Amino acid sequence: MTDTFSDTPETDYQRVQRSAEFQALRRRFRNFVFPMTALFLVWYFLYVLLSTYAHDFMGTRVWGNITVGLLFGLGQFVSTFAITMIYARWANNRQDQVAERLRRHIEEGSLDGGEVA
Amino acid sequence: MSTVVRTATEQVGEPLVNIAIFGAFVLVTLIIVFRASRTNRTAADYYAAGRSFTGPQNGTAIAGDYLSAASFLGICGAIAINGYDGFLYSIGFLVAWLVALLLVAELLRNTGRFTMADVLSFRLRQRPVRMAAALSTLAVVFFYLLAQMAGAGGLVALLLGIDDRAAQGVVIAVVGALMILYVLVGGMKGTTWVQIIKAVLLIAGAGVMTLWVLSKYGFNLSELLQGAIDQAGEGGEALIEPGKQYGASAMSQLNFVSLALALVLGTAGLPHVLMRFYTVPSAKEARRSVVWAIWLIGIFYLFTLVLGYGAGALVGPETITSAPGGVNSAAPLLAYELGGTILLGIISAVAFATILAVVAGLTITAAASFAHDIYANWLKRGEVKPDGEVRVARITVVAIGILAIIGGIFANGQNVAFLVALAFAVAASANLPTILYSLFWKRFNTSGALWSMYGGLISCIVLIAISPVVSGKVDPNTGASLSMIRDTSIDFHLIPLENPGIISIPLAFLLGILGTVLSKEKPHPEKFAEMEVRSLTGAGAEKATVH
Repeated sequence: MTDTFSDTPETDYQRVQRSAEFQALRRRFRNFVFPMTALFLVWYFLYVLLSTYAHDFMGTRVWGNITVGLLFGLGQFVSTFAITMIYARWANNRQDQVAERLRRHIEEGSLDGGEVA
Repeated sequence: MSTVVRTATEQVGEPLVNIAIFGAFVLVTLIIVFRASRTNRTAADYYAAGRSFTGPQNGTAIAGDYLSAASFLGICGAIAINGYDGFLYSIGFLVAWLVALLLVAELLRNTGRFTMADVLSFRLRQRPVRMAAALSTLAVVFFYLLAQMAGAGGLVALLLGIDDRAAQGVVIAVVGALMILYVLVGGMKGTTWVQIIKAVLLIAGAGVMTLWVLSKYGFNLSELLQGAIDQAGEGGEALIEPGKQYGASAMSQLNFVSLALALVLGTAGLPHVLMRFYTVPSAKEARRSVVWAIWLIGIFYLFTLVLGYGAGALVGPETITSAPGGVNSAAPLLAYELGGTILLGIISAVAFATILAVVAGLTITAAASFAHDIYANWLKRGEVKPDGEVRVARITVVAIGILAIIGGIFANGQNVAFLVALAFAVAASANLPTILYSLFWKRFNTSGALWSMYGGLISCIVLIAISPVVSGKVDPNTGASLSMIRDTSIDFHLIPLENPGIISIPLAFLLGILGTVLSKEKPHPEKFAEMEVRSLTGAGAEKATVH
């Protein structure tokens, strides 16, 4: 491996990484996926723990033989489908163009002095 | 009248019809595989199908890869017998895909080439990290493969009416040989087509049966549940409440929570799932793949809910448990009840196709990992001609195929259902922490990766080995062994926990942090910059090959 002293010249990728446009892309990505991941994991474990430890509550009949537990379970399907579509739409509309522009800049080598946008 | 009842419990349907329909599937897929193989030239063709599949195609193949015989036959049976708790199991398998969608699929597509190890070793020291990632890949694949092949034996007994162990072994060998042929000739392209065809047949077949069952109950789910409750007789109400399977004791509850953790975090660390993301031309197509996969897998699990309760209502738990194949026979018996010999033949053929497709996906993953990670990059330090690597991969396919056949014959009739859960636990412990750390944590380094991967892998295997799953679990009513080792006098279990996830997953995440912080390794900010920029923008990502 090459050394990594502070006087090593900055690579193209580091220049891109430092650029405002990339930082904004990265921030938007993390601000979306991390809270979303936390949300569905909390919702999933809430469901798992209720199903494991709150039998009476989950076994409550809502209508006919449809129990609270069944509705919660079907709710997991609904939330999974919803998060999938929300993410796909968000990524298609908000991220792809920026990512594509940065990719072209890098691959065509049109980087200079850290100014990407 | 009595003969009808007898044939219904001993041998349902007509084995010749089952074999004929399965034979037709094999013939059609073989033709497609041979046609697809004509464009197999480079390593990218062989491992990643030239990265030329579209998102919807790959999403369908992912569903075909993921919906194993265990999830089709196993979950239908679990719902028929245990009701709600079987349904609970399927939800973890679905929600897990959000981890892959949000955190892994696109970033992995942008930074890797053929295997999981490509991504993990991107900015760390190549050889040790590749070796660790390859070993954990091979471990996951081996456990999963053995579970599938062992399941094949039970399926043979049920669907072809073959009770003789030796004859079952012959059928397992035929299934294994077919799989070797597909993967050897077709590579990833052939494997993908087998998975696509199988997924379409499986989901369509399950869909038709679902509508059929619902139509018998006026499309009223509550009525269907009532049917299952009535058929179960005394205590049937428990079918629609949680706890029938996992609620017995505090320990079984903890076991379930542990399993739920491994299921939701394991999927995004399964090497054969990760490898599928390389078969599309871009990260955007990888995203579309997962969107398609989530819809198909989710809809399929909704079908299994109806099919499971339908089997409970129309066939009945007693008939199911006493049939050859036991719980796994719920879906085939329901097919016979609904559509007679022909529908049973179709569903049986689909079940065989399922084993074939899943095993093929596992085999090409293991072969790629051995040839690309261990042979080309570890042993030969990258100094190897691409066609040399593919040749090694093909040899590995044959070796793994033979191993799978032998393993399947020996595991036939053994109690190895825990192997699928173990594969998920290893994937969640040994693979996922390192994948996430290397994608998102700047400071992460080689020793963190090695601590986490080996720690996760070893802790999972040790915890399983000293658990009641392997030895010392005895049915309190019958005195029969419920462990892998059937001899009840051998008992070396030390802990009551049956699913290692709740210990091994947090441990592996923790070891990743400790290994990183305690190591003196110098960070490589330029490598992290390259990985981060590439992962989010797709710059320098592998392109599709043009033929």
